[in-house]
Amino acid sequence: MARIGVFICHCGENISATVDVAKVAEKAGKLSGVAFSVDYKYMCSDPGQTLIIEAIKKHKLTGIVVAACSPRMHEGTFRKAAEKAGINPYFCEMANIREQVSWVHPKSDTTTQKALDIVRTLVEKVKKNTALFPIKVPVTKTALVIGGGIAGIQAALDIANAGHQVIMVEKKPSIGGHMSQLSETFPTLDCSQCILTPRMVEVAQHPNITLHTYAEVESVSGFVGNFDVKIKMKAKSVDYSKCTGCGACWQKCPSKKIPDEFNEGMGFRTAIYSPFPQAVPNKPVIDRLNCTWFLKGKCGLCTKICPTGAINYDAVDEFIDVKVGAIVTATGFDLKHADFFPEYGYGKFKDVIDGMQFERLASASGPTAGEIRRPSDGKIPEKIVFVACAGSRDKAKGIEYCSKICCMYTAKHAMLYKHKNHEGKAYVFYMDIRAAGKDYDEFVRRAIEEDEVQYIRGRVSRIYEKNEKLIVKGVDTLMNGEPVDIEADMVVLATAVVANIEAESLAQKLHISYNKHKFFAEAHPKLKPVETNTAGIMLAGACQSAKDIPESVSQASASASKVIGLFSSSELTREPIVAVVNRQAPPNYTSCTGCLLCQEVCPYHAIETEEIKDRAGNVLKVVARVNAGLCQGCGTCVAMCRNKSIDLQGFSNDQMLSEVMALLNS
Amino acid sequence: MHETTHHHADTLKSHVEEATGVILSHCYQCGKCTAGCPLNEEMDIMPNQILRILQAEMPGYENKVLSSLSIWLCLACDTCYSRCPQEVLLSKVMDYLRQESIRQNKVNPKAKDILSFHKAFLDSIKLNGKLHEVGLTIDYKLRSLNMLQDVQLVPSMMSKGKLAIFPHQVQNTKEIAKIFKRISENKGDQQ
Amino acid sequence: MKIGYYPGCSLEGSSKEYNDSLFAVAEKCGVTLEEIKDWSCCGASAAHNLNHDLSLALPARTLALAGSQGFAEIVVPCAACYSRLASTNHEISENVTVKTKIEGYIDLKLTADVKILTVFEFLQKYIFPTVDKHIVNKLNQKAACYYGCLYTRPKETAAVDQIENPMEMDEVMVKAGATPIDWAFKTECCGAGLSVSRTDIVAKLSGKILEAAADRGAESIVVACPMCHMNLDMRRPEIKKQLKKDINIPVLFITQALGLSMGIPADKLGLNKHYVSTNKVVNCIVKMEA
Repeated sequence: MARIGVFICHCGENISATVDVAKVAEKAGKLSGVAFSVDYKYMCSDPGQTLIIEAIKKHKLTGIVVAACSPRMHEGTFRKAAEKAGINPYFCEMANIREQVSWVHPKSDTTTQKALDIVRTLVEKVKKNTALFPIKVPVTKTALVIGGGIAGIQAALDIANAGHQVIMVEKKPSIGGHMSQLSETFPTLDCSQCILTPRMVEVAQHPNITLHTYAEVESVSGFVGNFDVKIKMKAKSVDYSKCTGCGACWQKCPSKKIPDEFNEGMGFRTAIYSPFPQAVPNKPVIDRLNCTWFLKGKCGLCTKICPTGAINYDAVDEFIDVKVGAIVTATGFDLKHADFFPEYGYGKFKDVIDGMQFERLASASGPTAGEIRRPSDGKIPEKIVFVACAGSRDKAKGIEYCSKICCMYTAKHAMLYKHKNHEGKAYVFYMDIRAAGKDYDEFVRRAIEEDEVQYIRGRVSRIYEKNEKLIVKGVDTLMNGEPVDIEADMVVLATAVVANIEAESLAQKLHISYNKHKFFAEAHPKLKPVETNTAGIMLAGACQSAKDIPESVSQASASASKVIGLFSSSELTREPIVAVVNRQAPPNYTSCTGCLLCQEVCPYHAIETEEIKDRAGNVLKVVARVNAGLCQGCGTCVAMCRNKSIDLQGFSNDQMLSEVMALLNS
Repeated sequence: MHETTHHHADTLKSHVEEATGVILSHCYQCGKCTAGCPLNEEMDIMPNQILRILQAEMPGYENKVLSSLSIWLCLACDTCYSRCPQEVLLSKVMDYLRQESIRQNKVNPKAKDILSFHKAFLDSIKLNGKLHEVGLTIDYKLRSLNMLQDVQLVPSMMSKGKLAIFPHQVQNTKEIAKIFKRISENKGDQQ
Repeated sequence: MKIGYYPGCSLEGSSKEYNDSLFAVAEKCGVTLEEIKDWSCCGASAAHNLNHDLSLALPARTLALAGSQGFAEIVVPCAACYSRLASTNHEISENVTVKTKIEGYIDLKLTADVKILTVFEFLQKYIFPTVDKHIVNKLNQKAACYYGCLYTRPKETAAVDQIENPMEMDEVMVKAGATPIDWAFKTECCGAGLSVSRTDIVAKLSGKILEAAADRGAESIVVACPMCHMNLDMRRPEIKKQLKKDINIPVLFITQALGLSMGIPADKLGLNKHYVSTNKVVNCIVKMEA
């Protein structure tokens, strides 16, 4: 026989000024099944909780209803109090008479009646409550970091330094990401590789980090604390256990005219190659699509030259399976390359390049040894025009967002050019200057005031070639719309930052959300910027949205801290508000028919199948089973199930129906 | 035109938006239209400035736009629209401003000849249903008083068979005149 | 099937050679173009400059006539007529209220769905399939194909694939044995309807186009618009004054160029109606080996 206790909170005057709380308490006390009813000024306070605990003990209550604020506020508080009093916390329910009554209605009898109605429905629900116990899920204390750029590197080091194992997967032959391609970084003009490579080496040498380069994530299954990941180790054609990185092979490789990805197509590399001198690991791979041996069966020079016999043409892609407890995606960004600016001749005119290509020209290890030269004829340009917002903030081109980093790197590029060519002229066509970080605005002012970069506020309508020059047709809107035509030697476009080209397919493998621009979705734009909606998967860096290095590093450390928090105990505790497929005695075993419609609609892939077997081991039927570790308690499966074999703990069909009936039978 | 929460003040901006469906606040004054306009060296007010004046809704400035030469020089080549990052249909706004400047009798004196040509053209259509070049020329010269303009072309055009003395006409020219009449009765030229 | 034809005022008058050369090419390939009965002016720029409703009503009349005369497709060689018809079609098909209003003005129904073809769409669809056997000459010269504004903008009615670098006429010139050049002023405005009221502006804009073509070694300019032709050809003396130099490059209609490669005589193509002599083009023709 139920003995329910009802506790009506005044919430100061928040509730009591509008609802007649004494009356509600009095009437509630007369409901069938209610053994005790009281009202009090602040239920969530210590004395309030003590009141509840003592009442439970004294009146031998089997369940309680606390009529107060939203359960999102204090459900946890009151459930803990119930537990302290010795009853299962899930016999405690909250009736929201603040957000749903006193805060939205004026003081009146109807309002008080509504409060009472809500209390009554919760009383009826509690009568149907059952004891529930938190679900414990084991945690594998290994993290997977996808992506070896600066964000991935930072996250990996933070997690590894906290004493946990890290597996890093990077699809290119070396880690380092885009930061390794930069010449100098803003706002300090630090040499990018100089600050990055020590970190790269640290990753390679860290005892807790297992680095897989030239590898990709093939598939992911499982749930937080227990992910099963299949990694594809692409065939390098070089045995790294034998290779010493001496470089004899790539020095002698006869295929020297392959456009170099690291140099953004501005230079060439060989078929067997290491992407850049500071690559980690500094061992080569063979580009089978361009290697003479793989194309025609001829050459084989590298295998003859290699002093340790490390070349292996017969290597095949291998797959390894690993178990991890958390995943950090740090797959970074790309610059939009496609021919989407026909009015600027991008992709058509050799001397119209993008920001990353300029970085490679400015870089001492680049194709021009750090001299800014025109790709068309190698001459040093005397006039360079920089075009900001080339693709960003542009509804017509399909990218409405701001790419955030271009204002800063454009200023940087203009400054680098002026430092190397004092007599040269640099022009920047801009719309706005976004330099909000620390020391950022000062950096841009330096470009304008010290390095005499000419900033023109207006956009460029068109660029075309004439007599080996580029005619840039722009405008100065701050000079009454005066047209500005410049005969430039080179044009650098600050093209839009877009998501990594494989972002979408990775997101689908991980079951994480992404927006229409394929940037991964954070769980909450303000308060949960480094987690996704999928438990156990974190975000770091530009894969979430365009950002600069300091922000990527901060975000990486933040996501690492989430992982470390996850690993801080060997078990994960989860709320038992999960769906359960019923089990009955033989010969039925369960009313589930195995139609698996629930599996189809579950947004969290939390429904598995289970084979019901007889004693001899014969399979009698295949039915659904909920993985309590993944289930988020949304109830979609419950709505879908045709014969109601699946039910939601804490919000069962029975509980819900009794609430509805209580409301109807007033 | 999509639903907006714009209130309808009695400004030129609101009239333009209502008549053309173009939302002027989309323009963020980047100036790309002005940069690419083939007439930018001849105009008195630049295309992006015309939009800015409309956006600003400051009293007294609307006249500048309606009495500008720019709106008459605009050739509706749509170079602006084809490159505008916010897809603002500027040529439609220009059409409206031209018509409004006639309605408010604010046509720039330097645009007189341009307007005369358009009017002479439409006169010819109203009369014949098709363009009669000779008729157009006579009408234009009478309006503009540029009597000697292009006279040197007449002999060569005639010998090349490019000038018809008599107009080509549609079968029932009254039908065309009726179309013009119905439109002006419906105040179709006033939007 | 019958293909409708809308010449527009210019092809009946000052650009008659465009009309004649188009018919000569079509005839040689056995294609018949049937003129829409009782067509009227499309309103050109004058209508949309002065009167929005008129700018829709005049082209709508032609579309209604074409529909009621049973034409599923009509060829519109003049770029301005094409642009006006296509944008009217676009506006009335998007908005039923406007359509009803316009039907009221013209006292005709706009029921049929008439497809509007540009001259190069017509050539691609109806002439290309059988033209190869008629091509007897190679034009053997560098041609700058000039598209102008109305075929390439706005995007809602554009008749080309690549708005900044269209290739449709270039493909026709390749068929004719010419070398179309890559140049920067393919879609810049020639000065259009200001030809009479502001000839100085036309001289300036068309002058830039002529210069850009000459810069890249063009030996002829090929157009598909009567206005562009007039501005680049008839207004050459004004351009010469503006540029302070004489550029002799002749201007041909696309149908004339193709016609020459098909062995149609120059006078039948109306080449003698031009102001800038086309003799150089004609003299450059090389007969193909059998």
